Amino acid sequence: MKVAVVGAGIVGAAAAAALARAGCRATVYEARFPGGGATAAGMGHVVVMDDSPAQLALTARGREVWESLADRLPAAAEYRRTGTLWVAADDDEMAEAEAKAGRLAATGIACRMIDARELARREPALRGGLAGGLLVPDDAVVYPPPVAAWMLAEAVAAGAVVHRGAEVVALGESGAVRLADGTVFDADVVVVATGAAAAALVPDVPVRPRKGHLVITDRVPGMVTSQLVELGYVKRAHDVGTDSVAFNVQPRATGQLLVGSSRQIDVTSRGIDEAMLSRMLARCLEFMPGLGSVPAIRSWTGLRAATPDGLPLVGPWPAAEGVWLATGHEGLGITTAPATAEVLAAALLGRASAIPVEPFRPARLHSPGIRHESN
Amino acid sequence: MADNATAPSGAAAAIRGADPIDVLVIGAGPAGIAAATAAAEAGSRVLVIDDNPAPGGQIWRGGGAAGAAGAALRRLAACGAAVVPGTAVVSVGPGPAVVVRGPHGADERESLVRLAPRRVVLATGARERFVPFPGWTTPGVVGAGGLQALVKQGLDVAGRRVVVAGSGPLLLAVGELVVQRGGRLVAIAEQAGAWRLARFGAGLLAAPSKLAQALSLRRAIGPVLRPGCFPIAVRPAAAGLVVTLRAGGPGRERDTELACDILAAGFGLVPNTEVARALGCRIGAAGVWVDQWQRTSVGDVLAAGECTGVGGLEKSLVEGRRAGLVAAGREREADRLRAPAHRARRFAARLERTFALDPRLATLADDETIVCRCEDVAAGRLRGFTGWREAKLLSRVGMGPCQGRVCGTCTAVVFGWTCDDVRPPLVPVPVGSLSMAPER
Repeated sequence: MKVAVVGAGIVGAAAAAALARAGCRATVYEARFPGGGATAAGMGHVVVMDDSPAQLALTARGREVWESLADRLPAAAEYRRTGTLWVAADDDEMAEAEAKAGRLAATGIACRMIDARELARREPALRGGLAGGLLVPDDAVVYPPPVAAWMLAEAVAAGAVVHRGAEVVALGESGAVRLADGTVFDADVVVVATGAAAAALVPDVPVRPRKGHLVITDRVPGMVTSQLVELGYVKRAHDVGTDSVAFNVQPRATGQLLVGSSRQIDVTSRGIDEAMLSRMLARCLEFMPGLGSVPAIRSWTGLRAATPDGLPLVGPWPAAEGVWLATGHEGLGITTAPATAEVLAAALLGRASAIPVEPFRPARLHSPGIRHESN
Repeated sequence: MADNATAPSGAAAAIRGADPIDVLVIGAGPAGIAAATAAAEAGSRVLVIDDNPAPGGQIWRGGGAAGAAGAALRRLAACGAAVVPGTAVVSVGPGPAVVVRGPHGADERESLVRLAPRRVVLATGARERFVPFPGWTTPGVVGAGGLQALVKQGLDVAGRRVVVAGSGPLLLAVGELVVQRGGRLVAIAEQAGAWRLARFGAGLLAAPSKLAQALSLRRAIGPVLRPGCFPIAVRPAAAGLVVTLRAGGPGRERDTELACDILAAGFGLVPNTEVARALGCRIGAAGVWVDQWQRTSVGDVLAAGECTGVGGLEKSLVEGRRAGLVAAGREREADRLRAPAHRARRFAARLERTFALDPRLATLADDETIVCRCEDVAAGRLRGFTGWREAKLLSRVGMGPCQGRVCGTCTAVVFGWTCDDVRPPLVPVPVGSLSMAPER
């Protein structure tokens, strides 16, 4: 089968590698260079999330594949199993942490509750008076851009072809892609893996940009040990319609801290929103006052691809013959890219999958009655 | 010294007290001083900010009360402009407004301050260009401007063997300073060839003040000046360093080894355009683009001096004065200075032609030569990328505290990349300061 993959972010690169290994003739079209979009803008947090059983299955499988790749990843990937420490501010959040622990444990995900004293010992930079938290020790952090490049190299090794500087501007009849320079390439199936930009190629696709800010600091080795996320993150991240910030700090292999996070729906400008940045950092200082004196050296933004139900779109898009989607990963594209690739390849080739493919089928969010005007 | 150059403790108050501001001058080197003086003497309320601890810029650093520096600083002090050193631009907007990190830059409890002047004069100067060659990160190797600053800050070079290498008039000034302070100037290796230097020297006949300067320099450093010669490697030795200098054109290379204690290597200057780019100003081939009135492509933003194109002190002074006059609404007075400004521009163009880098300099770095000192990225890691952004993401070049200000000049020479992404914070700022809304 001849498959065109549009976009060489981590999702497209992983998909191309899986498809090529499965025997497809995969061709990747990348407008700029691999891993330069949301892949480069994100945090690189490999994390098991459990908002829904399907999300739990996808993230757990994603993390499992990451672990299996760990020894082969390039050093530049800086893959490190730092664990995630979900920080509970009060007793309510402790109760939430326990419920989360129960759900994770039920699927065989290692985790354990941390009390206030252990929290203070493990992460002395956190403020006093926090209730405790939940440690998920096998979560990891990674620097994604070199991984996307590496996965693409794996795809090429398996027979895939990569066109760089090839911007796909339109999808033609059944699998064809048209480039900005007018060239048309035929394929049996086209996989759109362009993140929040998917709507530009596939009208009515239920993906909306959700902008995030990040700040990176100067080196402060040892200040933070695990990826620290406030438990409130989940409820804050859930409400798609409202702007939100959450305490989310990651120790990088370099000793730097990556500080997030913010969410703004339908904002497509990539500029720094100073008010949002300040709000995000103020939230982080509530949890980690000592972060205030650490120099921030750079900030940037990225666009997450958000879907209405918080699950990615992986599979055929019913409204267009030969068009498949691999997008809508919101903040979990890095974690789930390898699992997404498996789901995609299994669905496309009718093979068995490690996890169910049904929950991710784009058809679940397709309403045939609604059509874009240009259709 | 400038009496109103407030000590850091009172400087935050000075920033706040300067409201409203007619003209904000960013940079207190010669161009900024000239702009501030001209605008303030014309009746404008002027605030000058600079990220160094005192006004004067690189060239007048620690200049004291003598000569042109002293006169300019005294006039600045008398003109009524508020001068706040230790203050850097963090972000920009809306319009010509800028957000600055106050003199308590390291204090996370201090919020940033938004300055909303009617007009801005960018006088952000230039920085040294580095060319990576094997060994250039060895201890004992410094920039040419770097050595100049160190000596002015008190580094003792008496009796020490110094090789100055690279390109541009700064090498001569550094060589002279080393001699004045009792250092043993072993050689000045200027990559520009003898005939180019001679033609440049002949051109100086049209500029008597520069000629006098050149002649006085010549006595001090003439005997050790080696034109058409550049460093290709440096390595530590039992005592000090051994520098390999290469002379001769392609195919006729002759290499010489020289022992020294300090190698000062600088390959000319590149304009500081970060604030201009953040404001959206067009950048030309030489630096920030300006029209005949020193106006940039962005309304109410003017630029003067080295940031518009490297041209030396006289260009900075005349452009700064004109920018200050135009910012204060005195176009007619500025118009009277068109001829000297034009001459200064022509001189800048001649400087650029004379000291254009030998293309062989781009090939000196071997795969192990460090290009990005913040992140320890060697040249071998950088080959094969399409541009700065891809290289940055995949190799970490430019991701350290300098944010590409040093290595960006290297990759421009070696790979021809331009690093054009400027995002706040333009300078490192404590997270605490960024977490608060700017004052005003």
